[in-house]
Formats: sequence, structure tokens, C-alpha cells
Amino acid sequence: MSQNIKNALPTSLQANPLLGSWIQFGANNTLRVLSGKVEIGQGINASLKKIATLQLGLNPAQLDFIAGDTQICPDEWYTAGSQSIEVGGHSLAFACKHFRSFFEAAAAKALSCKESDLILSNGIFSFKGQSISYFDLQKSVEYKTFQLDQAWTGESFSLKGEKSSVDGFARDDLHEKIGGKGFIQDLVLPDMVHARILRGPHAHAVADDWHLDKLKMLVGVDQVFVSGQFVALISLNESALVTAYEKAQTLITWRIKSVLPQEKGMEEFLTGLPSVRSEPIVEGTPKQGSVKHVARYSRPYIAHASISPSCALAMPTEDDSLSVWSHTQGPHKLRDQLALALNMPAPKVRVIHVSGPGCYGHNGADDVAFDAAFLAQELQRPVRVQWMRSDEMSAGPVGAASLVELDASLDDSGSIVSWDATVWSHTHIARPGWGEGINLLGAWSTAKPVPEPKPVDMFLPAGGGLRNIKPYYDLPSLKVKHHFISESPVRVSALRSLGAYANTFAIESFMDELAELSNQDPIAFRLKHQSDQRARDVLEKAAQMSNWKAYRQELSEAQDGRGLGIGFGRYKNKSAFCAVVIEVEVAESVKVNKVWMAVDAGEIVHFDALLNQVEGGIIQALSWSLKEEVHWNEVGSTTISWDDYPILNFDEVPAVEIELIDRPGEPGLGSGELAAGPIAAALANAVTHALQMRPRHLPFTPDRLSKMIMDSN
Amino acid sequence: MSEIISFHLDGQAHSQELDPNAKLLYTIRNDCDAKEVRFGCGAGNCGACTVLIDGMPEQSCTVPNWAVADKKVTTAAGLKEDAIGKLVLDAFIEEQAAQCGFCINGILMSVTALLKKTTKPNKEQINESLNRHLCRCGTHLRILRAIDRVIHQLSTS
Repeated sequence: MSQNIKNALPTSLQANPLLGSWIQFGANNTLRVLSGKVEIGQGINASLKKIATLQLGLNPAQLDFIAGDTQICPDEWYTAGSQSIEVGGHSLAFACKHFRSFFEAAAAKALSCKESDLILSNGIFSFKGQSISYFDLQKSVEYKTFQLDQAWTGESFSLKGEKSSVDGFARDDLHEKIGGKGFIQDLVLPDMVHARILRGPHAHAVADDWHLDKLKMLVGVDQVFVSGQFVALISLNESALVTAYEKAQTLITWRIKSVLPQEKGMEEFLTGLPSVRSEPIVEGTPKQGSVKHVARYSRPYIAHASISPSCALAMPTEDDSLSVWSHTQGPHKLRDQLALALNMPAPKVRVIHVSGPGCYGHNGADDVAFDAAFLAQELQRPVRVQWMRSDEMSAGPVGAASLVELDASLDDSGSIVSWDATVWSHTHIARPGWGEGINLLGAWSTAKPVPEPKPVDMFLPAGGGLRNIKPYYDLPSLKVKHHFISESPVRVSALRSLGAYANTFAIESFMDELAELSNQDPIAFRLKHQSDQRARDVLEKAAQMSNWKAYRQELSEAQDGRGLGIGFGRYKNKSAFCAVVIEVEVAESVKVNKVWMAVDAGEIVHFDALLNQVEGGIIQALSWSLKEEVHWNEVGSTTISWDDYPILNFDEVPAVEIELIDRPGEPGLGSGELAAGPIAAALANAVTHALQMRPRHLPFTPDRLSKMIMDSN
Repeated sequence: MSEIISFHLDGQAHSQELDPNAKLLYTIRNDCDAKEVRFGCGAGNCGACTVLIDGMPEQSCTVPNWAVADKKVTTAAGLKEDAIGKLVLDAFIEEQAAQCGFCINGILMSVTALLKKTTKPNKEQINESLNRHLCRCGTHLRILRAIDRVIHQLSTS
């Protein structure tokens, strides 16, 4: 199965070609390995450390791993798009391989043997009883200026090294986190003040009257900082500050210029907005089919709803510099944006990544970093800003809603002969550093405001709103149309899997509809249009795990509200493969009884880390698909607390069975986003099997299902 | 309006001048400088700030300081000193029952309280105890496995 395709130079090596920017000698006989991919709750550190440790032939204690400090680490763009293994891991492995080669050559020379005769273990090269370590050779090997980009040959190589079964790669951050030391929220700077920014229920909410006299009188407020529409309450006492903040919110009347009302369903809402149509993508020549079918599917705006709102600290340092601690996904991008916004040279700003609560895309982390940085500069003292839950839910970005129309035809043999897709959606990426301008909320509202950048989506092949819109099946023709909607009622940006969630949900629902129309088994219908063996393998594995044919037949006959559905996807059509079967039981609400999922993410770098990501992806996607929807009114978001925005509870968690298919020698692929679309589709298909009625608009709440049933009667 | 309030935090006596109506969450985090307790929502909805007060799980973001006068408050830091708490801590690490880990400290407290009450909780009791907690990363399966691990250990020891 190994590919002969020449792998392109990873972007991380392109941006950081020097070997010395990846590996250095640390203190106390350690090797300092540097990464730009950061820990955002996905456990990536454990995988990257495993790669480096094995490639360098170290024991874990000899590794000094640092990620996301702009002063010392490579710039690896954002930790996003399931690229931390695909790009970050491969780049790191390549750097480690070359570093090791340099020292292998030096060791062979010193021990008068061939490089291939050396045994490397615990950082020590040995040959016939003689040995020499990396650290012994430290001063005699020149490696730092070696150009990794020049050395790139494009061959696939194993990330694991020779000893893939070595233990000792459990996450070491959990002890710290449980111990109250691992999160950004736990940092304390000398003489720091706490700040809360007064924000309304919408990113663009403004106040005509801040009642500054009353704000200044609030108990616990040491200072009211005002710069345009950026108003912050400052205090040394966080507890008193929070009480004052709550009182302050009752004093202020918020207003926004205009927000489109949420009166209609998502289908009418999105098609009613002004949009720009881009030139359609056309591939192949459509043939005339005998059976035609058209259907529309939608997803709503979905909140990140991280378990804690965002937090940042900032401190002015010597030489007019500024240090900022942030749980951003893109430390270097944030540094550049902060420098622009604060009118400072970029080298004067240092962003240091620290773990935060779970991150599933562009949340409030960067915005709150600006809040802290701006206040620290203005007040010339250390500042800690902790957003409140309502800030995160209403001023922070949410995932964009989408509408997908699919139109296909089948020939007499039940094969697809034409396929048209049309997507109505917003941008799915508005990160700081993406496109022009400054994408930091606070910078739009100070006394010297910068304009909010115009939304620009990501183009295919990666795609934003169009991610995964091309079905990963053998189709003779394809047409894709895109209606890009600039204006959105709530602020939107990147959320886990971007457009792939809606598009895969739509495609895989539609595949079931086409199978049904032509009397074919849904999995057999998929396999009929699938020539990629790895895709076939996950589909067949999921069918086998769930005993698909027999069990589906059994449930069809039982007619007791249970149903079985399939969903498939290859993330971004180039990354990990996933097939999932879901069993539901539908009564007043949809209860998920069981999930069987087969995943092929290439060579498995870290089995438990991969499993953890897949498990989490399943649960989160079930939560989105069953429950989640951002609501708003004329002043902004109305889903600002857990009361208004419920997520999946422990008693709603199904039994889950996962098979990870290992592909030694194939590039290791990212896994954080593979489950979202397939889960939504399998759920829809299972509900359809149970009800003989198809839900096409997410989420499948009891209200929406009963409306669907009422409308059909 | 502050007054001296005395309580035990993870076995240590604290006697501090505090606003009696201020919330215990901030007292523990800032006045006692014990960061094992986490701010999640500030409204008692998510469970991230859960501590044990005389053995009962409570959301410290809604508990005023006066309510813990002369009581024993336990955070994740105090679990090491408790036989069942230690088993729970170890099981969560063994099962790698975390993604971001932000919800875990609160969950550790509720699970410990449950298992101290009954070493053989049924599914309903486990759900009742955990439904006060939200986990956004979807670590539920691992958390349930960690609990099963402790129940198994308790039944065989």
C-alpha cells in the first residue's frame, strides 16, 4: 500500500528550514526539542515527545520539550486543521532524523566504526564496549545551520522509529493540571491586577452611556479604564471585581446596529441573505440518469462552549517589550497581530503558549490576549484578564451555519451519473493573521480602532465552507456552486472541521436517500462507488463490527423505534478515513445506544492519544448533532450560559466501540476532526431508519423531530 | 464588612479575614493560593469548581465563605491523603481520563464523594453524581472507565 507519491515539503520546514530552530542542547544533559504545535487539550505533546524521543534514541527524561514560545520556538502557523501530526510531527521527525545522522557520523568516527554498527540508546552511541553520547559530541558537531528544506527528498518515513512499542509516553501534563499548575488560569504575575472587560451580548454591541460615575463607585473596582468603547474594570481583588462586574452589567443598555432576526428556519434564513456566487467548479461530464433526486440539509451556528472562558496575562518588560501568556492556537500569528494592533515592532512582543481549557477552533483566546496586552501597555503593569462565560458565548466567535443542496441522478443500474452541490455559508475562518487586517475583537473598539477585516473564506482543496463538499466516491461528474454570505447575525470563525461537518452530513445523508430510491443497501451502495481500498476497509470494518446486515434487518422487523445508520468520510478528502455505524432509539427524543467506528489515520503514532481524540470527536459530534444551536435576538446572542446552551450529559453517552486500523509506513494523519461529519450523517440515517422519516436540519432536538412528524401528517 | 472565618482546606487550618459573602472559589484560588479549584461558569452549572465540604460535593462558585466556617473543605490536592481519593486520582491517570483536563478536578471530587458513600454504585448513582458536571472534550467514556476501575479495585481489595 505504500505510496510512491513524493510528499511535498511540509510548510513547517519551509518556514523554519534550519535544523538549529528545531533541536538544541538543553541543560543537564538534555536535548531541547522545539515545536510550534501547541497543546490545546488534544494531548499532542505526548505524541510529539514520543516522535522526538524515538527518533533521537533518547529516554523520555532526556527530552526538554518546549512548544509555542515565540522567542525560541519555530513558527508553525496555527495548531489547527488536524495538521499537528501531518505537518508538525513529520517536520519534527525529519529534523530529529538529520540531527541524529550528524551525531551518528561523529560517533562512528570517534569510535572508529561504521555508522550502521552503532547502537543508540539513552542518547549514547555504542560499539563493542566503547561509547560516546550526544552530549560528549556537543561541541564538535556543527549542525545548527543545516538546511532541512534542501535535504527534503519527499520519501515517506516512519514516525515511530524502530522501537514503536516503547512505553513511557503517557501524558505528563495531567499531573500538573490536576495539581493546579498546568493552566493559564493558574499563573500569577507579581503585582498583577485583574481586569474584566464590559461587553454586551454581541461582538459588536455598544453602549451609549457607560454610567462611568456609577462604575467608579462600585465596591471592588480600583479603576475604570476607558478607551473608546473598550471599557475595563480593574481591581487587585478578583472576587470583588466579579461582583462589581455583575452589578455593572445591570447598569448598561446594549445596542447593536442591526442584526438579522432569527424568525425562520436556517434554510430560509441563509438563502434570504445577500451572497456572492463564485464560478462553479465543474469536473467530468454529467450523464442523463433515470432517477433524479434533490434535497437540502442545514446546520446551525454552533458554539465552542469550552468548559472555561478564555484567559490571558500580559506584562510590560525591559526595553519597551511585552510578554503575553496565551492559550492561542497560533502564538506567532498572535504575536504579529498584537504588534500591529499595539503599534510595536514584532520582536518586542513575546507570546508564550500555556495550556487552556479545551480548544476546538478559533475561540476567545486571541481576543482576550489582546485585552490583556492592551491593558498591560496602557497601565504599564502586569494584567490578568479572565473572560466571563457570557463573553465567550456572545462576543467570541462561533462556528458558521451552512445550507447544502444536493442534486443527483442514478442510471438504471443504480449508479450515480451526475452530482451537483450548492453551499450557502459564511467564512469558516476569521483567525487573527488570516487574510488582511487585524482580527482581534478589542482592537475594533478602542479609542483608536482598527477596522474589522472583511471575511474571506479558505479556498479548496482544504476549503472552509466547501471543505469536503466533493464526495469521496467515484463519480463521473461533479458540479459545486458556492454562495458566499459575508454578513452573519453572530460573529463566525473556525470551529472543528469547518464546513466538513455540514457537507459530510449532507453527502452521507443523500447517499442513503439515493440507496433507498434505488433499493440498495446503504453500505453496498457506498462500496459500489468506492475504489479506494482504505475507504472500503473502514466501511467493511464498521459493517462487520455492527453486524450490519443482520442487525439492520432485525431492527427493521422489530419496528420498536430503533434504527441503524452508516456514515463515512475521509477528512479533507486527503486525510484520515472514518466509517461509523450508530444505533438509535427514538421516542420523545433521540437516544444513541451504540456507536461502532472504524478509523484509518495512517501509521499510528500514539495509540492512546489517537483513541482519545476519536472518542472525544464522537461524543462532541453527538452533542452538536442532538442538542446544539446558537440563538439570537435583536440585541445579540441569547445562548450565553449552560442553561441556554445544553451539551451532552453523562447519562446520554452511548456505548462506543472503536477499531483503529494501523498502516505502518503510511504517513500518520490527524484525527481531531475526522468524526464530526460522519457522526452527524450516521445519526440522521439511523433516525431515518427508525422513523421512516428523514431529519435534514441539525440539530435533531425533540422539538425539531416532533415538528417534522407533525408536518408529515 | 469582612470578618475572620476559620475553616480547614485539605487538612490545613485557615483563619482569614474574608468577605463572608464572597464566593469560596475565589477564596481558595486567590486568598489560599490553591489553584486546584477551577472557574468554569460562575453559576453552578458546570461543576468545574466542585469541592467537598464536610465530604459533600458542592460547587464552590456559588458557596459563600460564611457557609464553610468551621468546616472541612477538600480539593483535588487533598485526595492524596484519602484512601479512596487516592485510588480515584490514580485511576484517572491510568485511564488517561482527560483531554484538556479542565473539568477533571471537579469530577474527581464528586466521584470520590460517591465512592466513599458506596463502593458499589449502580449506573443511576454514577449518572446522578456525574450529571452535575460538564465535559466539553468528550472524555466521558474514559471517565466512566476510570470509575469502573476503582469500583473493581474496591471490590477485589
